[in-house]
Amino acid sequence: MVRYRISTRLIPMPMIYAMIRTIGELGARTVGMVRWAGKGAGFLLPSFLGMLAVLRRPRLIIQQLYSVGVLSMVIIVIAGFFVGMVLGLQGYIQLSAYKAESALGLGVALTLSRELGPVVTALLFAGRAGSALTAEIGLMRATEQLAAMEMMAVNPYERVIGPRFWAGIISMPLLAAMFSVVGIYGSWLVGVGQFGIDHGIFWSTMEAGVDFGEDILNGVVKSAIFGVVVTGIALFEGYYAKPTSEGVSRATTRTVVNSSLCILALDYLLTSLMFAGPA
Amino acid sequence: MFSKALEFIVGLFVLLGLAALAVLAIQVGNATFGNTDSYDLTANFENIGGLNVRAPVSIGGVRIGRVTAIELDTELYSARVTMTIEATYSELPIDTSAAILTSGLLGAQFVGLLPGGDFEYLADGDEIELTQSTIQLENLIGRFMFSGPESDSE
Repeated sequence: MVRYRISTRLIPMPMIYAMIRTIGELGARTVGMVRWAGKGAGFLLPSFLGMLAVLRRPRLIIQQLYSVGVLSMVIIVIAGFFVGMVLGLQGYIQLSAYKAESALGLGVALTLSRELGPVVTALLFAGRAGSALTAEIGLMRATEQLAAMEMMAVNPYERVIGPRFWAGIISMPLLAAMFSVVGIYGSWLVGVGQFGIDHGIFWSTMEAGVDFGEDILNGVVKSAIFGVVVTGIALFEGYYAKPTSEGVSRATTRTVVNSSLCILALDYLLTSLMFAGPA
Repeated sequence: MFSKALEFIVGLFVLLGLAALAVLAIQVGNATFGNTDSYDLTANFENIGGLNVRAPVSIGGVRIGRVTAIELDTELYSARVTMTIEATYSELPIDTSAAILTSGLLGAQFVGLLPGGDFEYLADGDEIELTQSTIQLENLIGRFMFSGPESDSE
């Protein structure tokens, strides 16, 4: 075996060790990432099967719809209202410089239905519902409820993961639609109520410029995809959380951070796919 | 654990969400449920300016249809605009003319039709032969700036 020797006169030994360690860490991280991807895929497949199986017991889904969807409604509606009011205010200030206040309704409706509705709803949803899901399932793991289910031959993917996944996917588009509608009425309140834009013009420019298929349906598709991503990350992090109080708290943090980043990055990709320039 | 109240609240949530979608669809976006009857007309324009697909087609300011396609006619090298007209307005005389107009000074462009007096009517797939291109502000300004002495000498 040939031994290569690096001249220690040129490079001091500690530096060489540090280099080797860095390279090793890089490799470990890459392996870790690939393993993480494998773990994720290994999680998604049985969850999908669980989702199919749970369709026979819709009551479980309804229960989760309450804790995931209904309880998120208040924050979504209030946030949507204020976001819409701010859009109305800023939009009016900028547009009135060009005497184009009449385009306010159109601008607000497009902004909300295409981007802000799905994205802000998903971010709030990750903070409100995603973190709760992770904490709940992480605690189930920590208190060995999941293991107990397996002992009783109850598949946790069917009983725990499936219904929550459904609830997330169903709730997100509904919540995003509520967000957009409340936001549009918020901007209406500012634009028409406060600044006196004509009521008819506000709605008619909106109606003329917003397309149902291109703008609104794409927004719905977008928010459904965000629903899959946020719920998937939240359930995954909870399911594989370290069964300690610190592990659950870390998993909850990771859920919020990872899903927020995923939403923002995915939003760019989806937007460039859906609204790829003028036709 | 499972109660009727919960069922009711979740039902309310789903209905509210669907209602929001309906508001978006009907009041905000002009969803046309169930394709309304319509027919297609084409027209060749020398220059369409900034006309877009989905721009309205109107007679006297009343919207009767919309532009569905814009392409270059490679034989005539002019812009071929296809528009779909609601079937309610099926009795457009065959000598109807089309012009590309602008709503306001800087507003969006649309196709304005001016009905003629013929007793024959345009049918699906027919071409409007009398067309008037968009008025280009740049050309107009250019002509205005360089007219005067030259036009006098002619």
